[in-house]
Amino acid sequence: MLEIHDLHVTVDDKPILKGLNLTIQAGEVHAIMGPNGSGKSTLSNVLAGREDYEITSGTIKYKGHDLAELSIEERAQQGLFLAFQYPVEIPGLSNIQFLKASLNSIRESRGEGPLDAIDFLQLTKEKIKQVHLDESFLHRSVNTGFSGGEKKRNEILQMLLLEPSLAILDETDSGLDIDALKVVATGINALRSENRSFLLVTHYQRLLDHIEPDFVHVLADGQIAKSGNKELALELEQQGYGWITQAAKDNSQTSTQSYSVKL
Amino acid sequence: MSSQSQQDVEEIIDRSYEFGFVTDIESESAPPGLNEDVIRLISTKKNEPEFLLEWRLRAYRHWLKMREPKWAHVHYPPVDFDAISYYSAPKSLKDGPKSLDEVDPELLNTYEKLGIPLHERARLAGVAVDAVFDSVSVATTFKEKLSEAGVIFCPISEAIQTHPELVKKYLGSVVPYTDNFYATLNSAVFSDGSFVYIPKGVRCPMELSTYFRINAANTGQFERTLIIADEGSYVSYLEGCTAPMRDENQLHAAVVELVALDNAEIKYSTVQNWYPGDENGKGGIYNFVTKRGACLGKHSKISWTQVETGSAITWKYPSVILRGDHSIGEFYSVALTNNFQQADTGTKMLHLGKNTRSTIISKGISAGKSQNTYRGLVRTGAGAENARNFTQCDSLLIGDRCGAHTFPYIESRQPSAVIEHEATTSRIAEDQLFLCQQRGIDAEKAVSMIVNGFCKEVFNQLPMEFAVEAHKLLEVSLENAVG
Repeated sequence: MLEIHDLHVTVDDKPILKGLNLTIQAGEVHAIMGPNGSGKSTLSNVLAGREDYEITSGTIKYKGHDLAELSIEERAQQGLFLAFQYPVEIPGLSNIQFLKASLNSIRESRGEGPLDAIDFLQLTKEKIKQVHLDESFLHRSVNTGFSGGEKKRNEILQMLLLEPSLAILDETDSGLDIDALKVVATGINALRSENRSFLLVTHYQRLLDHIEPDFVHVLADGQIAKSGNKELALELEQQGYGWITQAAKDNSQTSTQSYSVKL
Repeated sequence: MSSQSQQDVEEIIDRSYEFGFVTDIESESAPPGLNEDVIRLISTKKNEPEFLLEWRLRAYRHWLKMREPKWAHVHYPPVDFDAISYYSAPKSLKDGPKSLDEVDPELLNTYEKLGIPLHERARLAGVAVDAVFDSVSVATTFKEKLSEAGVIFCPISEAIQTHPELVKKYLGSVVPYTDNFYATLNSAVFSDGSFVYIPKGVRCPMELSTYFRINAANTGQFERTLIIADEGSYVSYLEGCTAPMRDENQLHAAVVELVALDNAEIKYSTVQNWYPGDENGKGGIYNFVTKRGACLGKHSKISWTQVETGSAITWKYPSVILRGDHSIGEFYSVALTNNFQQADTGTKMLHLGKNTRSTIISKGISAGKSQNTYRGLVRTGAGAENARNFTQCDSLLIGDRCGAHTFPYIESRQPSAVIEHEATTSRIAEDQLFLCQQRGIDAEKAVSMIVNGFCKEVFNQLPMEFAVEAHKLLEVSLENAVG
């Protein structure tokens, strides 16, 4: 599904990712954890294709494509979905209009015709129930005046509707109360299948109480510093990130030294 | 064609002969430049009564003492008023292109994108084809229905002949000939325009549109419109068209006057899409318009809704004088500028009567290297007890080479008046665009969706079919706005 090899990314000429490797197979759920500033959000944004994130070296393969060659919307049409950490508001554009434009753009790229209005409405009403939002949210402007939790549920609604191949959830759990967290987790679990993968980017372990990941990675100083199974997340919860980040720093210093010796 | 409609067409043709307007003066036009003789010529050719000639001359003499206003936030090379020909007989259709093949393909392309039906494209592009007859017969049925209701809807040149007492009473009563440089010039030389009178207690049975007005073609660059809603009447008037019209005149200085008597309501909607010039800023129409309504009667209401996307330069402030107690003025505006367009537009709400209310919703969208200015005045006079105004003025920037400016003027002489002003400026946030694209929507469509959302409050005020067209128009006008 996704193969990231030795990825280096800069933002405003500042290196953020420094040689990241990650492989996600179809059907797997990966969690990326790490302290603030370790590059978690950069990874999400670079996968989605956001401007200002420059790949200086390394490769990302997604479903066999060189991801860097695809535009933002092409990635989305190929089933790559990003649930935003801070979903933006679009005043005046109704949620339902937005959802329809989105679903139909993706269908069109697959050579399927647009869904007719009645089928679309039925599908949307069915999905919105799953995220416990009232139907009135369909007719409100996109995210406008929604609470933090409502915005995140709206993200999950979009995911349920678009049924992506690879869903990246960027700190979707942040700022959620326990009920909203459960709704979000239920939504994700409902979509788990052998041909769909997830990348959960999170700061805390608590989301993983509800979604059991196949792999947990710790991102520190722009690299995957440690990988493991869900036990690793628990360990982090108890011990914090300090022991790993320190090791990562030492590691990068060592490599710098050996480099200068070679010179 | 049925014999009935054949007869109708002949009737129309006869009627235009009746006022000696189209054919017998076709070959004549005045030399460039303006003097009293030219004005006498215009008035004579139109067979106008003495009072109107006097009025035109007074306006001309006043105009000579005036200077072109410079306060607007627009820049353009000086207009040579001596180079303009102020009278030329309306061109006949024969002067237009012979077929669609002779029409600028760029224009046809735009019609296509706007989804304008084929036979309409020919009419809009000024092609001399039989299709024009269809719209004439539509217009005829239309006219019959109106006359049943007692509504007068005709070219102002015709009203001057048939209802001189109404014209004499109301022409210049809202925009006096001394008003401003362009309005004064218009008063001296106006060519033609619409005249509407809705009698007491009549609710006009349909939306009036210049589109259906016979003789609407070639009203020229100095158009004059007068709409009078008598006591307890209602009218909705649509001006313009989403399709860009063929037009050879660069300077346009129109005047629109609205008069609402007791309990009357006028809703005036405009979609303006004149040629804005090319993407390098060459060519394009200068649109210097004076539009004003007077709520003379108590409980009267005037509502302006405008969607402005065309013209190289727009200078336009549809205003309402709230004279009658409890009268209401509204202004809903979307002004979109792209490339090198410049717009300085807004409104004036002049509260004179007690308990008068006004609402201003202005949405400015700038893209390319354009400049978009909102300029609005809210004034409450000493007698305007409990006057209330609410103004909301939002600007949206697309890209980083355009400008948005807001100049609100508030003058209150009435301590009980409540005036609220809200203003926002935002950029089409990259975040919004990114969200849409991440959901599979391409950038151009995303911008159009975001902009249409931004304009929603104004579009909601437009008559239904106009709103749909306005939607499409924004889409076309914004093409290539994102790099």
